[in-house]
Amino acid sequence: MNVLLCVKQVPDTARTGYCGRTETLPAGSASSALNPMDKYALEIAARLKDADPEVKVTALTLGSKLAEQALRDCLALTADSAYLLCDPLFEDSDSLATSYTLSVAIKALAHKEGPFDLILCGRQAADSDEGHVGPQLAEWLGLPQVTCGLAVEREGASFKVHRETQAGTQVVTVPTPCVVTVTKSALECRYPDILRMMESNRAEIFILRASDLSDLDLTQVGRKGASTHIKKIVPSPKKTGRIRIEEESDENSARKLYQLLNAAAIL
Amino acid sequence: MESRSNDIWVFIETSGGAAEKAALEALTPGRALADRLGGRLTAVVLGCEVDAAVRTAGMSGVERIIVADAPEFRLYTTDAYVDALAYLVRKHQPDVLLMGATENSRDLAPRLSARLRTGLASDCTGLEFDPEIGCVAWTRPIFGGQLLETLFCPTQRPQIGTVRPGIFHRPPLIAHEAEIIRENIRVSPGDIHTRILELLADPDSGKVELEEADIVVSGGLGLGGPEGFAPVRALAQVLGGAVGASRGAVDAGWISHAHQIGQTGKKISPKLYIACGISGANQHVAGMRGAKYIIAINKNPLAPIFDIADYGVVGDLFKVLPVLTEEIRKARM
Repeated sequence: MNVLLCVKQVPDTARTGYCGRTETLPAGSASSALNPMDKYALEIAARLKDADPEVKVTALTLGSKLAEQALRDCLALTADSAYLLCDPLFEDSDSLATSYTLSVAIKALAHKEGPFDLILCGRQAADSDEGHVGPQLAEWLGLPQVTCGLAVEREGASFKVHRETQAGTQVVTVPTPCVVTVTKSALECRYPDILRMMESNRAEIFILRASDLSDLDLTQVGRKGASTHIKKIVPSPKKTGRIRIEEESDENSARKLYQLLNAAAIL
Repeated sequence: MESRSNDIWVFIETSGGAAEKAALEALTPGRALADRLGGRLTAVVLGCEVDAAVRTAGMSGVERIIVADAPEFRLYTTDAYVDALAYLVRKHQPDVLLMGATENSRDLAPRLSARLRTGLASDCTGLEFDPEIGCVAWTRPIFGGQLLETLFCPTQRPQIGTVRPGIFHRPPLIAHEAEIIRENIRVSPGDIHTRILELLADPDSGKVELEEADIVVSGGLGLGGPEGFAPVRALAQVLGGAVGASRGAVDAGWISHAHQIGQTGKKISPKLYIACGISGANQHVAGMRGAKYIIAINKNPLAPIFDIADYGVVGDLFKVLPVLTEEIRKARM
């Protein structure tokens, strides 16, 4: 079985500031890491390999040279090879242009690595918070999709996917090949062993430029291919008028809170 | 095929034949856009035996209702819904398509946008016609809610956006005549690739859906263990609210991830959010800062949650919650 894992390098949202569409992370950006939900996609790929050592995992991302780190994380854990789509022509892509570029690359990689049975993505990126690329990629490739995956199991010519819904865990089957996006779950994500980690630091990352993809329509990539544009980005407004309640007992604090909420007609 | 119109569409997702609240809420900004652009506000109802949804849409101030009512739309599937909406959009050529940012439309909207080769703004907390750019300006939180991004889609149509639940009030119901167009759309079973086998119920779900709830009571590591959710559930129940959780509580295995509020969980904008024993890390705040009112109950007076709380109670949640719950229960009897 052939698995393609699509990941994204994102800035550490707790620490760094936003620097534009982060398919183009600025060089020297303070800290960035593999997108949190992608870690669960990576874990699912590793589990498929646990179940069947014949599984081959190819990791792919689109970004600047900095995004190599996300690919090395994949190599350290389970990926057999890694590809970075990196070209100034890809800068300022929105999700539609990004997913288009990925889809062309995936078709090209299928010639080299063999056709993919499963394409795994994180459900959404922590910087743009969109969750677009997985379903859009499925559409460009003409493949069925399952979003919000929690677990993936091979069953003959299809996959059984557990997916998260408000009503509970939904179990669906989807034929191969398909795209599954993965959300955070109770899965324990493993750590790489130290040997593999050292190997991954030396491993070759294959760079794919626009010119390497003969089928790429350049009007559909980067700023030209983006259908949405950013007008402005501003800090979220902060709350004002906070009320602190700390009475002599917790019970009285509770009553005070109730009175204040009632008086303000909040309840 | 009709020629391009100024019509504003709102996709009315249905559940059991009735309209989803988040979809009805999207009619409110839809009305404002239609008035500004001179287009017809159109409700697009998809589902099976959807008379109730059509009636509700008809009383929500729309000019037109497009209905596709067939068994294959009873339960949401990506394939059937994308096929149907893509067909309708190509036939009627609306200018704007709005949806509630529900679980299903997060699956549907990106795929539809790729099929139609147009732009999508997801989970918007604001939208308006911007005369300067001549199209809709979509505002949405990014970067875990720390920043607000304004997007626009200059050339492709329709402009598609999903609207975060709880931001807009649904329009009041009034008697009104709307034109109803019935579309006979069928999707052959062979074109629906996924099959739902079963639903493993979550003990806390089926009560109130987090993303639709007006009131959410959430617990964090301060609860001390899974049993600490008892007073949280009790308060949620008396308020008719849903139960949420911080990443800490979910990672500790006290409650399922479906309840997680934050960057890697749900992002919600209820009217009232009550954070119990939650310190308020950035990744949590990312999921709830859109709440109209925030109440925090925490023993640690320096917890960052107090920086964003409208009402902050410094105290032991196990003493505060039962009294608060009892006060509310007494008042509502």
